Amino acid sequence: KTALNIKQTFNKKKNKKELERIDKSHPDHIFPLVLTSATQELFGCRADEDVTGDDPYRLLKKEDIIQDMKTRAAISDFSPIKQAILDYPEDEILLVFDRDFTYGQSFYLVLTVDAKESMLRSPAEVDGEEEEEGESEDLSEIMVQKTPEPQAWVSLGSEREIEDESLMDTRPKVRYSHTYTIHKRNTHHIHNTQLFTQLCYKVSRLRRETGAPLHFSDYSTECVECSPYQDSSFSTRRMERASGVQAVPVTSSSSSQTVWKHKRNMWTQYQPRVLDEEEKENILLSKNLKNFLNSVTLRVEVAIQQNIIMNMFVDDWRDLAEEVPVLGGKANTQLKKYQSFTDLNHSKNKTISYINWHPAVSGVIAVAVRERLSYEERIDSSTKLLLNPALILFWSFSDPINPQLMLECPDDVFCFEFCPSDPNIIAGGCMNGQVVLWDISAHMERLQGARAGVGGKNNLHGNTLVTDTPVVRYCAVSGIENGHKAPVTDIQWLPDTFEVSRTGIPLENKNQTSVQIVTCAPDCCVMFWDLRAPRVVSQSQIDRKQKTEEKILDNPHGVPNTFKHLNLTWKPLIRVTLPKVDGRGEYSPMKLSLRESLFNSPSGTVHVQYTVNISEHIYTDKNNVSICQDGEIVYTDWKLEKDNESGRLFSPKPTHCFRVHDGLVNTVLRSPFFKDIILSVGLWNFAIWKEGVTNGPILQSPYSQKNCTLGFWSLTRPAVFFIGKEDGNLEIWDLLEKTHEPSQTHTITTAPITCIKPWVISVKQQLLAVSEHLGTLHILEVPRRLLHPSSKEKLNVSMYFEKEVERLIYFEKRQEMRAKEKREMDAEEQRRKMEIGAVSMKSVKEAEQDELKEWEEYRKLENLLLKNMGLLTESHDPVES
Amino acid sequence: MSIQTHKGVIGTIVVNAEGIPIRTTLDNSTTVQYAGLLHQLTMKARSTVRDIDPQNDLTFLRIRSKKHEIMVAPDKEYLLIVIQNPSE
Repeated sequence: KTALNIKQTFNKKKNKKELERIDKSHPDHIFPLVLTSATQELFGCRADEDVTGDDPYRLLKKEDIIQDMKTRAAISDFSPIKQAILDYPEDEILLVFDRDFTYGQSFYLVLTVDAKESMLRSPAEVDGEEEEEGESEDLSEIMVQKTPEPQAWVSLGSEREIEDESLMDTRPKVRYSHTYTIHKRNTHHIHNTQLFTQLCYKVSRLRRETGAPLHFSDYSTECVECSPYQDSSFSTRRMERASGVQAVPVTSSSSSQTVWKHKRNMWTQYQPRVLDEEEKENILLSKNLKNFLNSVTLRVEVAIQQNIIMNMFVDDWRDLAEEVPVLGGKANTQLKKYQSFTDLNHSKNKTISYINWHPAVSGVIAVAVRERLSYEERIDSSTKLLLNPALILFWSFSDPINPQLMLECPDDVFCFEFCPSDPNIIAGGCMNGQVVLWDISAHMERLQGARAGVGGKNNLHGNTLVTDTPVVRYCAVSGIENGHKAPVTDIQWLPDTFEVSRTGIPLENKNQTSVQIVTCAPDCCVMFWDLRAPRVVSQSQIDRKQKTEEKILDNPHGVPNTFKHLNLTWKPLIRVTLPKVDGRGEYSPMKLSLRESLFNSPSGTVHVQYTVNISEHIYTDKNNVSICQDGEIVYTDWKLEKDNESGRLFSPKPTHCFRVHDGLVNTVLRSPFFKDIILSVGLWNFAIWKEGVTNGPILQSPYSQKNCTLGFWSLTRPAVFFIGKEDGNLEIWDLLEKTHEPSQTHTITTAPITCIKPWVISVKQQLLAVSEHLGTLHILEVPRRLLHPSSKEKLNVSMYFEKEVERLIYFEKRQEMRAKEKREMDAEEQRRKMEIGAVSMKSVKEAEQDELKEWEEYRKLENLLLKNMGLLTESHDPVES
Repeated sequence: MSIQTHKGVIGTIVVNAEGIPIRTTLDNSTTVQYAGLLHQLTMKARSTVRDIDPQNDLTFLRIRSKKHEIMVAPDKEYLLIVIQNPSE
């Protein structure tokens, strides 16, 4: 109720206010009057007592008012409205207390019934309104949407304006209707009738004119046509227009044939102009030429010298490429297996003792096969061994199953070598101390053919397939009593540049062929052999040769007669023994390493200086009882000397001896790049030596866990060498990369490796032949990384060696220094000790004297004090002693 | 001539302004060939240098090939050609 009321009351209030504002001059039904207090009392409408602001309405009886008017006549307050009251229809008149003096007086009288009604009605809410006046002002903001209820319209004089403005018919509308009849029959007139309220005029045509064309009185022409016509305003033509234009050259191609009548040279024959001799002479002598030459010569000489100083043909680009290490995967660094050879018939249960590549025929490798038996077993089965001769097998890459050639040996061959000048001759050393020679010139074709043809079926010579390998018997063997007493462990051909004479003096070899062999064996002998027959019997040799030619049939084995003269009678040229450094005995050499150096002297004679390195074997000679298992490297500058006393030739003591290896030394090899670098492989370690450096090895490897069986330098890279191990591993050492361990290790097989030999086939390919104890020969391909040396490798390696040498020297110096220092220190100590001894003696005495002095001083002091204190008596004299 | 004794010098030719060899250490056919070709080349080189800068003039021409080097010293009237192989 409250909310709605609030709105209503507010509206009402507004309305009321508006109403009041409008009706400032009191409307007709309101009559303001003043009521005296007497009248107020009379009618019970005392201001502020009976009627208040809240309750302003008072219904007064008409009769009472009339009576009052009668009694008080003119002074009655109601007199001005006497008439209105009398005219008032009802009995009760509303008196309103006008507190606010809205009509000018404190009271007003409502004169009309309607107003009264409305007033009474609204005050019912006005009371409420006034009560809530205070509140409504506060709550005026709350507006509730409510459609206002329709109320009775009160005419306030606005109808006149509306009436003025509104359109109304001043007279009733006139109605015309026109009828025409379609059919002529039905014609009727209709007169004006007054039946309709409106005027209704009916227009109709005269009967006679019905159906006739129409004629209007004001119709002048037939019809007003509105025909289309061409309006010229739409047909204007644009006389001017702005547009862009591009000018394009018009090209056209056309051809025409012309006649070419231009002379052209077909060919010219010319001849250079040459000056006459006279003219030349003149010019040559002319001063101009001299001046010219003088001026130009300097420039030209400078240019020439520039070219000489710097090699202008150096391709820097290519040099740069060499230094870049080849980035390769494993393929570049690993040894690849190429092939392996095993002969079921002949190399079963045997071991390979030595390998050699055929120097002339590529792809052919010779393998020395021997029994894998210890000494006792050998003796036990000696009879069996005699039946199975030892062999050297020749393998070719074209045929991995059958060996190409087999060389028969009198006994197991420990080592063999091809003759460097004639690859058909092979020299080998046997287990029984004999030296054997073979000649395979007859089978060279076969070896070569085998290499060339892969299939072997298309033999150029049309020979049938040779399934059996030919066996070549040795053609010469040394006499048993002349040879070594122990297995020949190393055999080497002397190079074809020099030879050794009987007396041991090296001579120049005029033949340019290698004719001499050096062998060594653990029987403490080094022997020099000569292939040629001794000169004494040279004559008879020729005869013998002729004889043998006749007696070809006598040659049952088909052995060539090359060395017939030596057979069974061969004696060594020189026999050399090597006494030990300390004179206690002799060395038993295992391996030899020769070095020759030639000096070209202007006189034409050749001086040869050669040195022999020997490694020691496990058992010693006859003189020395003790068996030393140490391997020693012995360096001698060998020359047979004449013993002045007995006139016998004997060899001098070796100059140096090094005990580096703790076991067998099985390899002593010179580097193919540096003539003075030697690799020696012992049982547990290896060492690299430099000739002339006597302090020790340049490089000594750490002790390995497995035995090293042998070593070999790489043929192409100066810093690389291979070490074969007992467990079948092949170690590749690269001095420039790592020196404390191998740069690579390859497991070739499980058996100990017995021999390694590389072979250079071409620049891009190098094969490594590795033989093992079980009798299989493995051919491996050397990876690219190990093929080519880096550009400065040799230089680097030599620098490295020099550095090591310096280190050794420095080391020794330091040792000396240390020793010296130690001595000095000891001496000083001694001196100091003595000094201290002397000093101590002295000091004891001094100390005593000092003490005495102090005691006396004390006594004196004591006396003084006592004196001062007066305590001193005569009896207390200081006791001076 | 002393130039001839230098290390690596194969031959020396003196040519006049028209391209005719005056003095040579090589055989006739080679001389004639060298003289004719190098004379033309020198003229071309000289004209090139002078076209770029008229104050300039050609002092020395060196042709380095795979096998050897040809040096040409031009002058107003004569031309000295030296062929050298320095890698010997």
